[in-house]
Amino acid sequence: MRNLPLAMKHLPANIDDTMSLLKAQNYVCGRDLGTVVFLSLSLGKPLFLEGEAGVGKTEIAKALAAALGRRLIRLQCYEGLDAASAIYEWNFAAQMIAIRTAEATGGADRSALQQELFSSDFLISRPLLEAMEPQAEGPPVLLIDEVDRTDEPFEAFLLEALSDYQVTIPELGTVKADDPPIVILTSNRTREVHDALKRRCLYHWVDYPSYEREVEILTRRVPDCTAALSSEIVAFVQRLRGQDLFKNPGVAETVDWARCLIALDAVSLSPEIVSDTLGAVLKYQDDIAKIAGSEASRILEDARADIAKAS
Amino acid sequence: MNPTLPETHGHLVDNIVHFTRALRKAGVAVGTSQLRNAIQAVQRAGFTKRQDFYYTLRATLIIRPEHLETYHQVFHLFWRDPEYLERMMKMMLPLVQSMGGEEDRPPKTAQRRAAEALADHPSPEPQAPERQEVEIDAQFSWSQNEALRTMDFEQLSASEIAEATKAIGTLSLPVKPLKTRRHRAWTHGRTPDVRAMLRRSLRKGGEIDRMSRKTPRTRAPNLVALCDISGSMSVYSRMMMHFLHALVWAPNPGWGRVHGFTFGTRLTNVTRALHLKDIDLALSAVGQEAPDWQGGTRIGEALHRFNRDWSRRVLGQGAVVLLITDGLERGDVALLQAEVQRLSLSCRKLIWLNPLLRWEGFSPKAAGIQAILPHADSFHACHSLDTLADLSSALSGPGEKDRLMREL
Repeated sequence: MRNLPLAMKHLPANIDDTMSLLKAQNYVCGRDLGTVVFLSLSLGKPLFLEGEAGVGKTEIAKALAAALGRRLIRLQCYEGLDAASAIYEWNFAAQMIAIRTAEATGGADRSALQQELFSSDFLISRPLLEAMEPQAEGPPVLLIDEVDRTDEPFEAFLLEALSDYQVTIPELGTVKADDPPIVILTSNRTREVHDALKRRCLYHWVDYPSYEREVEILTRRVPDCTAALSSEIVAFVQRLRGQDLFKNPGVAETVDWARCLIALDAVSLSPEIVSDTLGAVLKYQDDIAKIAGSEASRILEDARADIAKAS
Repeated sequence: MNPTLPETHGHLVDNIVHFTRALRKAGVAVGTSQLRNAIQAVQRAGFTKRQDFYYTLRATLIIRPEHLETYHQVFHLFWRDPEYLERMMKMMLPLVQSMGGEEDRPPKTAQRRAAEALADHPSPEPQAPERQEVEIDAQFSWSQNEALRTMDFEQLSASEIAEATKAIGTLSLPVKPLKTRRHRAWTHGRTPDVRAMLRRSLRKGGEIDRMSRKTPRTRAPNLVALCDISGSMSVYSRMMMHFLHALVWAPNPGWGRVHGFTFGTRLTNVTRALHLKDIDLALSAVGQEAPDWQGGTRIGEALHRFNRDWSRRVLGQGAVVLLITDGLERGDVALLQAEVQRLSLSCRKLIWLNPLLRWEGFSPKAAGIQAILPHADSFHACHSLDTLADLSSALSGPGEKDRLMREL
């Protein structure tokens, strides 16, 4: 396929390398995610991550950029995102001033002015174009976040940009990335992203982590948290995910909650402190009303039983 | 086998091709380009661990979470076959480090389909068995008196179809189009379009000759139809399914994508079936997919399932919910009230169509109706239900919510 550029030398050589590379950035992942990331890096294919909110989809792009020492370029998607804010835009105001200045000094040569006006000086590059341009550190990590939030026409546009890694500007010509960027797309699945886009990517469904992995994540992310407290927190959150909730807490909520508890100088969970800080874990009033009180103490007991069984 | 495939040694490529074919037979759509990716990926990842092989193929061949289980099953059946495995190991395995262990889940639902996909000949009893499986499962998990039936619809005549298309053509939902954040040029727009003005003036050497204006673009909202198929509605179910199908297919400017759900004692997503172009095929698929035709009604529970499992996936981007039910709840009314409230808070508009109100002097006495009514944005009753045209005109006309709320 594409010949491998020089910068690829620094990419991990196998799946274990990839996982330890991410671990060095305090990103703990399972072998499944490690495999997909490795493949995406070595095949130069975009990585499409789908999953519930707060399971670490965005975080992996940050960890990857930091681990490889690349620039992270982020395109946050929203409804109504258009080419002007995703690819490039001409700086009309600056062009206008240039025309006026040229008029005032009287040195307005038509063709020279045209050359000058549509040069890269007057071009405002937005994330997609920026990602195609060569960077000092090697090809950047392009994070296209929450792609499900854009409308379908924009998706169709991404198809073109992601399969050829090029962007066409009528006045300037085609900008093609010599070294294609590392592309990561995330989606919360608030709507189905079209299969045509998914097919061009490596797909991975990011699930909630297992008990052991979540404890490891917590220890790495919140080092102040004692082993006893973190195992209690994780056991409780894992139990919560088994309840019939409108929104299950993600890993991000677990980490937030641990930070809250540490700020309150808690050394272990009690039904009162759980009820007081439940807002850090559950974000819907229905869910909080359901869990607060006696249900919280029941889950806490179950969680303690889980820990006792595990140890 | 395929000249465009990259070079590898041994039968690995052949086997992966066979594996993809098995996946396709099990209902997972895998494109040729994905197959190509898979082979490249296997070459790159190396063939040392069964677990890595599993994840490598999964990453390249599967693009939808609902296919993960099928993949899991097909993978195990396919690569477990002693002949394949022996040949594989002799040919290309330098060492087999670990067998199994990627996921210790017990074999589950998709196994049957997976097994059928691997058998070259059709399975001995090709017709009914899958249905039976569902029924048995359902009887154990739900109360004894739940009657599970599939539905065979009469075929539609060409004139019926033409009439339906016409009826849907006159349908206008009581919903305004959504303003998007994109703009279009419009002479009488409210906001000046500075970019367009500057662009225009550059063409004229910096001369600004007239004001360009713009206005927000609009788009039709998506539609989510929740349709009651319980016993009390059963006489009209064929017509209502026809209505849903026409909503999906008839040319219309009033709404975008349509998602369809049926509920009686359980909730079924019938969107895929409705998207079959042929109405008869679509109706028979819907009849087979939903297992609870003409059973009881547990509206509250069905809405609970919808809110929990589907609302975030289909109600994004300002979707409008069309709830078609008579509101006669046999379950817990308090639950119904809470769930309808949650539903009306998460969608842009909740339109309730009650097709069984056949007399003018109706007042909302039933508890279920009293629970739903305050949360519906507009309420429409259909006084006769013999044609789609009646349904259309009931939906297009002014709602009756105000009158009923006064009587509540």
